[in-house]
Amino acid sequence: MIVRQMKHRDSALWIAALVHRLSGLALAIFLPFHFLALGLAIDSDARFESFLRWTDQPSVKIAEGGLVFLLAVHLLGGLRVLAIENFAWRDGQKQLATLAAALSVLIAIGFLTGVF
Amino acid sequence: MSEIPSELSVSLWRGAQQGRYESYTVPRRESQTVLDVVTFVQRHLDPTLSYRFACRVGVCGSCAMTVNGKPRWTCRTHVAKVADSGRLEIGPLENLPVIKDLTTDMEEFFQKWQRAKGVFAPSQTRHDAIAQIRPDRPARVAADAAIECINCGVCYAGCDTVRWNSAYLGPAALTRAWTLVNDERDSGNSERLQAVAADGGCHSCHSHQSCQELCPQTLNPTAAIAALKRRTTAAYLKGEIKA
Amino acid sequence: MNVRLYVWQRATAAVMAPLVLGHIAVIFYATRQGLSAADILARTRGSIVWAAYYGVFVAAASIHASIGVRNILSEWSPLTERRAGYLAILFGLLLALLGARAVAAVVLS
Repeated sequence: MIVRQMKHRDSALWIAALVHRLSGLALAIFLPFHFLALGLAIDSDARFESFLRWTDQPSVKIAEGGLVFLLAVHLLGGLRVLAIENFAWRDGQKQLATLAAALSVLIAIGFLTGVF
Repeated sequence: MSEIPSELSVSLWRGAQQGRYESYTVPRRESQTVLDVVTFVQRHLDPTLSYRFACRVGVCGSCAMTVNGKPRWTCRTHVAKVADSGRLEIGPLENLPVIKDLTTDMEEFFQKWQRAKGVFAPSQTRHDAIAQIRPDRPARVAADAAIECINCGVCYAGCDTVRWNSAYLGPAALTRAWTLVNDERDSGNSERLQAVAADGGCHSCHSHQSCQELCPQTLNPTAAIAALKRRTTAAYLKGEIKA
Repeated sequence: MNVRLYVWQRATAAVMAPLVLGHIAVIFYATRQGLSAADILARTRGSIVWAAYYGVFVAAASIHASIGVRNILSEWSPLTERRAGYLAILFGLLLALLGARAVAAVVLS
């Protein structure tokens, strides 16, 4: 159509909503694979063990750090939505949204420092 | 202090859904508004330009357009505040069909108002005593906080959920419904709650909060919609409305 | 999105908030301790608690993700509301099935 850019899309809260949706989508795509991996234990403990050893690779660990970030950011974004919808309106939400993102990064870093 | 340039370069949308931006050069004036600029083009440069305005002072809601990517009231937007490096790009409001140039067809905006039951349903007649509504009662305070909408369409144009979901009633219609939910004199709440709890109702809102950030009347549709979510959820769980 | 879907989505979200926190704690513990498959399975096999925790988690996640995917499909893809709804239900069933299988895999001996 006409004017594609909408300047308000650089608002912290709009970005928070987008990150919430995209992280949810990424987690939804990841989940079936996660369940399949755990299901390997049905075959044998050894099969599950060799999968776990495969995940020891640094590249996989970094990907796992990314997943931890997605989970944390989706949780915190969801709490934001539940707060807006169920409690009295409060200002200062932009700062809280930014804080939530920062906290998620810290949690992911916390995960990574424990595995390297 | 930097010099104010003597001229402004303006791009205006010409055409309908299909069209193009055309450039005009307009003299800069002190305290000039975007509406002044559009008016100058139509009166002195190109009389075929179509646009809407009425009051010119921010009370009627007719002159809203997309200015450098944001929906705004053009009569209350000073050029000095929005013209980055002397350039302005002005188009019609988003999310509405374009009639011509800078004018949009607002019919769907108002139809959604009706669909949201944003219409007062009287419970008394002229023969009854005048209702005594105390202004400090919580319901009246809630209604008053949301009542000053002048249907300018800025929130509707700025809402991405409106853009993505053609059934979505939109922030203005839902905010009006919320004011009526809080009106003690109104008798239409069961139909109204049912209407805003259906597909495309308040539950479609993702709380992007663009509406709240853009509203020139500083209304807060996000909060009104959140309150509607609470009210309709309670009604649904009590069996007063159906999904 | 209507009131019924909304209630299910928000309710499953509220149920999962504490479960996710617990899951992150489990992830941190398992990875820092360097647990092997045998270590993990020794803890989960035959445990009602783990079965209940992750059983509820799988059920809630299947519903929640399904409704979320439905929203994304109906808003961002050209599919009709109806088709988006069907695909979302299929996806939810897939998650529930694979998830139940995964819980069974680590809990049943």
